Amino acid sequence: MVATSEWKFTRRDVLKLGAVSMSALAIPRVMAAPAATGPVSPPVMAKVAMEVNGKPQALDLDTRTTLLDALREHMHLTGTKKGCDHGQCGACTVIVDGRRINSCLTLAVMHEGAKVTTIEGLGTPDKMHPMQAAFVKHDGYQCGYCTPGQICSAVAVLDEMERDIPSHVTGDLKAKAAVTRMEVRERMSGNICRCGAYSNIHDAIEEVAGGTA
Amino acid sequence: MKPFAYERASSPKDAAAKAAKTPGAKFIAGGTNLLDLMKIGVEEPVHLIDVNGLKLDTIEATDDGGVRIGALVRNTELAADTRIRRDYPLLSRALLAGASGQLRNKATTAGNLLQRTRCPYFYDTNQPCNKRLPGSGCAAIGGFSRQHAIVGVSKSCIATHPSDMAVAMRALDATVETVRPDGSTRRIAIADFHTLPGTTPNVETVLAHGELITAVTLPRPVGGVQLYHKVRDRASYAFALVSVALILQPDGGGRVALGGVAHKPWRKSDADAALPKGAKAASDALLAGAETTHDNAFKVTLVERALAATLAEAKETSA
Ligand SMILES: Cc1cc2nc3c(=O)[nH]c(=O)nc-3n(C[C@H](O)[C@H](O)[C@H](O)COP(=O)(O)OP(=O)(O)OC[C@H]3O[C@@H](n4cnc5c(N)ncnc54)[C@H](O)[C@@H]3O)c2cc1C
Ligand code: SF4
Repeated sequence: MVATSEWKFTRRDVLKLGAVSMSALAIPRVMAAPAATGPVSPPVMAKVAMEVNGKPQALDLDTRTTLLDALREHMHLTGTKKGCDHGQCGACTVIVDGRRINSCLTLAVMHEGAKVTTIEGLGTPDKMHPMQAAFVKHDGYQCGYCTPGQICSAVAVLDEMERDIPSHVTGDLKAKAAVTRMEVRERMSGNICRCGAYSNIHDAIEEVAGGTA
Repeated sequence: MKPFAYERASSPKDAAAKAAKTPGAKFIAGGTNLLDLMKIGVEEPVHLIDVNGLKLDTIEATDDGGVRIGALVRNTELAADTRIRRDYPLLSRALLAGASGQLRNKATTAGNLLQRTRCPYFYDTNQPCNKRLPGSGCAAIGGFSRQHAIVGVSKSCIATHPSDMAVAMRALDATVETVRPDGSTRRIAIADFHTLPGTTPNVETVLAHGELITAVTLPRPVGGVQLYHKVRDRASYAFALVSVALILQPDGGGRVALGGVAHKPWRKSDADAALPKGAKAASDALLAGAETTHDNAFKVTLVERALAATLAEAKETSA
């Protein structure tokens, strides 16, 4: 796990601190007026161990912690993004035991022994995964917020096609689908890009698929 | 989200027994619906029983020539299974029309059947909703009801069941297998599994407290051309406004079930019988006694047209 002291100060941290100091002003009032809904039950803690990007991680977590929050807040792997937090945008997509999932809609404690791959585990700035390199080459992003999820999803999409998983637009269910534009579009529909970089994202995926198909 | 205890069950019977004896307990499978609702305070279990390790994740042949689908088989695995693609393509098609690749990788057979409505007022804890808070009223009646039900509705609730998979299972005459807290098992025909809202829209199935779904079985394949036609606001990754599950036999007979129109997957025997007479006759039979709102009256026409399009495609496919 990355120790907090090793953190570089990023724009995100400044924003976070800003939010914290603002809410600090509100705390005394909130404390003076306890919620009318009765006693608050204490959090329940549980231990879970998993392997993230090849490294073992042992965590003691509030059972409510999603896999996404465990990655970001506890393992400090902030490459995986929180967009809607309701499975609708795909920004939190990671690969667990070889399958892409929305890390926001699953609990960390449900992943005992799992092997998790995040954007940080696919490649590094010096040694990029071919999909990462293709996204850079084709400008498959604008603001970049959805990009880690797009890339994890794209890598998994090509694997799913390789494993003969059909899609809504697959014409013949008895045959393996070919990597066509329609197939990739349909399969990537769980990843929303508000900047609308879709055509470039598509070009990046097509280039990587061309190399493997 | 309220704090909750978390435990893993050791067997289906153990899971059912634990759920029955622990107040406020719920099973968690893929978690894609339950956690979504827990985050906004619609579901508030204080105890979660994880059923993922119960080995209910296989698809097996049954003695009568059908298949038994484990409750924990993921939607992706089910849609991609060679037998399902060959013998029950309607089921693959319906699954693939739902949610996204990521969600289907997590979503399970049982969880999909039990997913809750997408009525926006059900999701908004500031609004009255008889399904969420019995007796509080229904904000959809008189509210924005474009996506709501048009048949089988009640004065208490006009919500729809959002599952695509369940519509295909209704057309395929599936059976839900369960284990009860006392260890006994039972089989429930999919037609009887989901209930209409009536005066208790908070009740959605005939499952008893603590009863665990272990599998869904399909009878031997019926052949024919099988199509799932989903009409929605986007071409992908959106819930159905209406959907049509059709099995058309060479003699013009067949079966039809609808999604997006009722509190449960909707099928009528007189509509199946009317299929040879065409889309209008079948859709009239399906929607007899429809009660629409200003916002969703268009669904009556949409069902007929969606069925006409599906029938035309089926005839083209078999020609
Ligand atoms: C953004 C988004 C889009 C979606 N789009 C679609 C769509 O277009 N079409 C569609 O059909 N669905 C759609 N879905 C819904 C999705 O299919 C469901 O969330 C999923 O199928 C639920 O399965 P699960 O295993 O994750 O259930 P969970 O969330 O784990 O459980 C759901 C319920 O079932 C109960 N349960 C689970 N397993 C059992 C069991 N074995 N026995 C008894 N009770 C059990 C749980 O206690 C819970 O109450 C969408 C979901 C999202 C988030
Ligand atoms: S339609 Fe049903 S779910 Fe929607 S607000 Fe009314 S009672 Fe609630």
